Amino acid sequence: MRNPFRSEAEAFGFVLVCVVLFAAVAVAGILFGGWIALAVFVALAVAVAIYVKGEPKPPDEPVLSRQGGGRRRILVVANETVAGRALRGEVVRRAGAEADVLVVCPALNSPLRHWASDEDGARAEAERRLAASLECLDDEGVEARGEVGDADPIQAMDDALRTFGADEIVISTHPPGRSNWLEKEVIGRARERYPVPITHVVVDLERERQASATS
Amino acid sequence: MASVAHVEEHHEHPPEAHKSSRVDARLLGMYLFIASETMLFGSFFSIYFFDRVVVGSDTGWPPEGFELPVYLALLNTIILVTSSFSMHWALQSIKRNNRSGLIAGLTLTFLLGLTFLLIQAREYTRIGFGPSDNAFASTFFGLTGLHGLHVFVGLNLLLYALIRSLRGHYGPKAEDHLGVELPGIYWHFVDVMWIVVYTTVYVI
Repeated sequence: MRNPFRSEAEAFGFVLVCVVLFAAVAVAGILFGGWIALAVFVALAVAVAIYVKGEPKPPDEPVLSRQGGGRRRILVVANETVAGRALRGEVVRRAGAEADVLVVCPALNSPLRHWASDEDGARAEAERRLAASLECLDDEGVEARGEVGDADPIQAMDDALRTFGADEIVISTHPPGRSNWLEKEVIGRARERYPVPITHVVVDLERERQASATS
Repeated sequence: MASVAHVEEHHEHPPEAHKSSRVDARLLGMYLFIASETMLFGSFFSIYFFDRVVVGSDTGWPPEGFELPVYLALLNTIILVTSSFSMHWALQSIKRNNRSGLIAGLTLTFLLGLTFLLIQAREYTRIGFGPSDNAFASTFFGLTGLHGLHVFVGLNLLLYALIRSLRGHYGPKAEDHLGVELPGIYWHFVDVMWIVVYTTVYVI
């Protein structure tokens, strides 16, 4: 919702709108009674809401940290696929010996739990996956740290990029058809939003499990 | 040695606070304050409408023998809306580095607000009923009194800003006149609330 008190000028404009709106309500109330005044109020309030909703919004651009320090910085965003071999291989290949890697693992939650702010379980699960992933990367000699991010992957990337000036982003998803992120076009939106190269890694956990069982 | 030097450096200069929000913390504080105030007024309006529907259906609203000074309150409304114009003028003046405009605007706003409060006090003394007489009287004094309290708080903020402006504070840059902008936002909020109170309580 648009905040009518974003600045003094906006608040002053809101006062003027209220003067006009409530003058109309008062006139309707005096002439036709309280219920008509209420109807006028509701109609005008809806009209104002539609007008405000239709106004062009300022572009919501991400805030990118400029920290660098010379070393290559890679931001890795992954859900359940964070411990996948394909992702690990890609990160190791890209990081080499000289790179800082930040792994962000969004705390995936059900919509009901999200709206009830019940995210302790989701965070604990994300922390467990993250710890396993960091351990694997450490075994491969990659210097990585991690954090649990927002359930929305774009928001999680926004939050991470405020403090971590990434040179590139690696996003890991399930294969098409099984990936909620692909359905929500997270990769395309991220490519439009961030001015850094973005690599999409598909991790098929089932196939990896079958392969490890047969070997 | 290098690590010791690093630690000392941190002691001298604490790390910059991480701001996840793009809104200035002071502005955000005012937003939250206004949001909480809106809820407070909302609760008073809920009581008012509840009484108006439940009690008013038996006794009429206002009950017989109770009359509100609609035109005096209209005068007060005009005074308060005018004070929003003068407040806006004050801020626009300092944005253009016009210090005398800032001082004149704040002084005018303060005087108009004070006039509003004095007229309201006069109205209370002559209205002919007290807050404990019945539900109508209680809600009337509750709503208008709550608003009057907010005008009083706003006057204190304006006086503080006025004294600072007389001492040469504030400047045209956004960061330098936040001390005028925040009381201005609050003042406009108080004005909006009065428009709602006046229309609801006095007119319809």
